[in-house]
Amino acid sequence: MSQRPVLDIRGLTLALPALADRPYAVSGLDLAIAPGELLCVVGESGSGKSMAAHAVMGLLPRAVKPVAGQVLLNGRDLLALDDAAMRDVRGREVGMIFQEPMTSLNPVMRVGDQIAETLEAHRIGDGASRMRRAVELMTEVGLPDPARMARAFPHQLSGGQRQRVMIAMALALQPKLLIADEPTTALDVTTQAQILKLVDALRRDHGTAVLFITHDFGVVAEIADRIAVLQHGVVVEQGPADAVLGDPRHDYTRRLLAAVPSLTPPPPRPRAEGEPVLSVKGLGKIYQRRSLFGAGRVVQAASDVSFSIARGETLGLVGESGSGKSTVGRCCLRLIEPDAGEIRIDELDITALSARAFRPHRKRIQMVFQDPFASLNPRRTVGRIIAEGPVAQGVEPKAALERARELLALVGLTPGAIDRYPHEFSGGQRQRIGIARALALDPEILVADEAVSALDVSVQAQILDLIQDLKKRLGLAILFVTHDLRVAAQICDRIAVMQRGEIVEMGDTATLFAAPKHPYTQQLLAAVPGARRLKAP
Amino acid sequence: MGMARFLASRLLKGVVVLFAIAVLNFFLIRAAPGDPAAVMAGEAGAADAQFLQQLREQFGLDRSIPYQLGVYLKGYATLDLGYSYRQQRSVAAVVGERLPATLLLTGAAFIISLALGSLLGILAAARAGRWSDSLITTAALVFYATPLFWIALMSQIVFALKLGWVPNVGYETIGAHYTGLARALDIASHLVLPALTLGLFFTALYARMMRASMLEIAGADFIKTARAKGLRPSVITRRHIARNAILPIVTLAGLQAGQLVGGAVLTETVFAWPGIGRLMFEALVQRDYAVLLGVFFVCSAMVVLFNIVTDLVYRVADPRIEAA
Repeated sequence: MSQRPVLDIRGLTLALPALADRPYAVSGLDLAIAPGELLCVVGESGSGKSMAAHAVMGLLPRAVKPVAGQVLLNGRDLLALDDAAMRDVRGREVGMIFQEPMTSLNPVMRVGDQIAETLEAHRIGDGASRMRRAVELMTEVGLPDPARMARAFPHQLSGGQRQRVMIAMALALQPKLLIADEPTTALDVTTQAQILKLVDALRRDHGTAVLFITHDFGVVAEIADRIAVLQHGVVVEQGPADAVLGDPRHDYTRRLLAAVPSLTPPPPRPRAEGEPVLSVKGLGKIYQRRSLFGAGRVVQAASDVSFSIARGETLGLVGESGSGKSTVGRCCLRLIEPDAGEIRIDELDITALSARAFRPHRKRIQMVFQDPFASLNPRRTVGRIIAEGPVAQGVEPKAALERARELLALVGLTPGAIDRYPHEFSGGQRQRIGIARALALDPEILVADEAVSALDVSVQAQILDLIQDLKKRLGLAILFVTHDLRVAAQICDRIAVMQRGEIVEMGDTATLFAAPKHPYTQQLLAAVPGARRLKAP
Repeated sequence: MGMARFLASRLLKGVVVLFAIAVLNFFLIRAAPGDPAAVMAGEAGAADAQFLQQLREQFGLDRSIPYQLGVYLKGYATLDLGYSYRQQRSVAAVVGERLPATLLLTGAAFIISLALGSLLGILAAARAGRWSDSLITTAALVFYATPLFWIALMSQIVFALKLGWVPNVGYETIGAHYTGLARALDIASHLVLPALTLGLFFTALYARMMRASMLEIAGADFIKTARAKGLRPSVITRRHIARNAILPIVTLAGLQAGQLVGGAVLTETVFAWPGIGRLMFEALVQRDYAVLLGVFFVCSAMVVLFNIVTDLVYRVADPRIEAA
């Protein structure tokens, strides 16, 4: 590094409270970022990457204390500053953007005011000049019609627009350092690509140093100058992006990179050409808000959606948020009642059945949910969670529990897990429990709604393997709903691309990835980060 | 939906609700045993059948129930609340005479509880876990759990009778004939005890709710954003935390505002406050149907009105609300 670093973290050690699973959030952390440089700190959840970022900002939770080291910003140790001096640093010298654009803005304050507030906090300008500057900033981060949008409230903006507002806010005083804590994780892939481009352009134009926290190697490959890999609070590897991605030295880095699903699908497997077990024809669902005077807002979540899945086949349903893919998945189980079309399991049209008549058939189609933390009842033992479905269908409780034991072994957990509660398990383990729960009813069809999206990449790879394995062994038909094209490339036999409630393109995974026909599919594929630098393993 | 449209729809619904309440009141009151004629005749010491019959004819009580309902609803539709034979005056005049005192009492109680409760809640949240927080939350719990009438009686004994700081009962000093500012001060001194007593329950409720709400908002992501801007803690508390924490309080305040008119019966009776709460109590004892129905109607109208006001305030306070 030729220039003096903007940020120089030396030997930083953050102590966790006494009962945590390890004594230090990070220990002996050394990082340096030069002006205009973008350093990615990568790691899985719990690696301490976010804590490190918050330490720079002086925004650590009360229970976490820096016990050793220095955080030097242009040579000044931030850890030695008092509250007032640190407040002056925040916003003026260091700006920060966060993961959740939906919750990171004050919901009852206009976005222009929220941007102007950064200037106000540092006593710059008067009300009118601050607002002018806010509009300028909004123009700079590419928000449409900034003068009007400054008067909008956060809920009137899309996720990507809100993240642009956050960036405008963080850059208001042209800080020398920008900290971005997973800023694109909650965004759709095309929006993510735009935000990454924006961050990249801003640091080039202003020479801002960027500390970019992420768990996503695709994003890293897209944007990083240098990379630091964090495992259990320790930097295991650090170096220029090309070196770390192309020739990883540390075993952990290699494992992480190997776990990133490739965007190149495997060669097509010979498929069981059977009768479709699930067939959907002309499915439609409209969400409408009723009001006293006339019709309210109408959203066409699904329109004329048709597909079928054979036994032993995985159909991927991909699209961005709001495309209607989850609605379609839920309609197949009649968790949402469709407005039009028919859904058949074998020859049985389940849309024609009454709720009561459908109940005995529910066991044939089961679901695995996205959030392994929210989808298991926290007050029930794992055994009862898994056995509940069979018991409801008339199986003897004792036999159901015995079966639960077998299922736990099937999904790779010890049978001893049966008497424990969900909170005693990690995210990946909970997702295994969720899969065991779905399998307890011996379904023919599994609907997996973003089933691996909340998991770290190494855990994600394990769960994907498990799903593949189960599909083969049990001959399941799987409807795999996901926004992640890398995951879809690896697990799906066929893929249907959804946009605004319609399937715009459907085909074999290999064909679709090699030669996407619809412009929207092309756009989605082009937006997947890291395609250039992340090669297939 | 625009504001005007929203208002029109709410007013329309309000009228429908009021109509239903008026009908319900009419039947409820007739479900109780005894009628005004019997009570008046009893008081006059002339409860013979002929006199009773005469009174009933005079009051229209001999006519069929549907006919009576028709007359009653027709009157209410034209905002004519009927005539009290008991008081020999129109119900509107009787209620109108008492309403200002009640509005003064309940308005004062409302403002005191809202301001004091929110303030105490903010203080408790800012000092969460310290002794001042414990003091506020414990006191709030005690007042929340203590019956209103007991607090009313005890405050009379301590502050009026023992300490003599404020008058014991009544609306103003009878026979003093104060005018202007002196009269206002006199009424204000009479107002202190009943208003505090009436507002105490809600003060406690607001304090507890505001505290919980503040602590919840303090953990929100956008508070971290505010800190990352370099804002001072006092600005963050005021502009970001309290401004959002007040939203559940608005809902609660709407409920309180509706309840205050009816809830003042006990307070007005204990403190001999000449409001419609006491009027309702008197009318009930005397079986003065017309006045009772009038009071009920005015109370219901207040509840409906305050509900609409709450919705309007909520729409202003929380821009995310489009239409309820």
